[in-house]
Amino acid sequence: MKAKVHVFLKPGVLDVQGKAIEGAVHTLGFGGVSDVRVGRMIEFDIAGTDRAALEAEVKTLCDRLLANTVIESYRVELI
Amino acid sequence: MKSAVIVFPGSNCDRDCKVAIERSTGSSVDMVWHQETALPSGLDLIVLPGGFSYGDYLRCGAMAALSPVMTEVKAAAERGVAVVGICNGFQVLCEAGMLPGALLRNARLKYICKAVTLDVTNIQTRFSTGYAASREAVMTVGNGEGNFFAEEAQLDRIEGDGQVVFRYRDNPNGSARNIAGIVNGKGNVLGLMPHPDRSFETELGSDDGALLFQSALASA
Repeated sequence: MKAKVHVFLKPGVLDVQGKAIEGAVHTLGFGGVSDVRVGRMIEFDIAGTDRAALEAEVKTLCDRLLANTVIESYRVELI
Repeated sequence: MKSAVIVFPGSNCDRDCKVAIERSTGSSVDMVWHQETALPSGLDLIVLPGGFSYGDYLRCGAMAALSPVMTEVKAAAERGVAVVGICNGFQVLCEAGMLPGALLRNARLKYICKAVTLDVTNIQTRFSTGYAASREAVMTVGNGEGNFFAEEAQLDRIEGDGQVVFRYRDNPNGSARNIAGIVNGKGNVLGLMPHPDRSFETELGSDDGALLFQSALASA
């Protein structure tokens, strides 16, 4: 199965990259764009077929390495 | 006196730390590769140096925190050995869960390399007794992700417990409550973004960093 992990800074943690991009977006004239957040997407294959077990495994991996839950939240997709 | 500097792939202040400790204190300093599964015996001080361990991939310090040697560093800290993480070393300690909080991208996105004046806000830790007279220190910072963050309740806690050791007088990077360096609850693990290893002789612009190493090894 393929796992996609989306990691973002938590709401309330200042995303300075997002702010900088938002400034550039406004410079381009897209005034309706706001609250730009920058995250990362990590994709990998994972062996197994038990969806619930795999999801638990990926979440453990997120907590231990892929995200720093002091500042980041994550979302797991299994495809 | 016996010290060790941990060397990760991408560390670039490991030699600076070795020379700084040797010249400030006379302690012997072993360089320990991150793949080691044992530390030299009888250590009084372990330093995690600055640099860009693992190229800062994923998050600064994230991969280094999982290095084999870190299991030993954690065990040594549990036994009460003094551990100092400088710059990237501070990031590693936070990622390893040995210190609270995290280091974010600097508030104005700039890599900042300059001398900063620090207030020493707790002179009673084993790393800061040497600052009892001056209560301040000048050291250089060199980082892009030195913006200390913790949730408000946690900030209240670490302030209340006297865990904040160094504060920026003029906050360069947006760090919460001007925090530049903190200790763990037990007081034997210190993380700081400024570099005492670049400020240990007057020829370097300041020798205030020497006091940190001298304090840490005073009882050794």
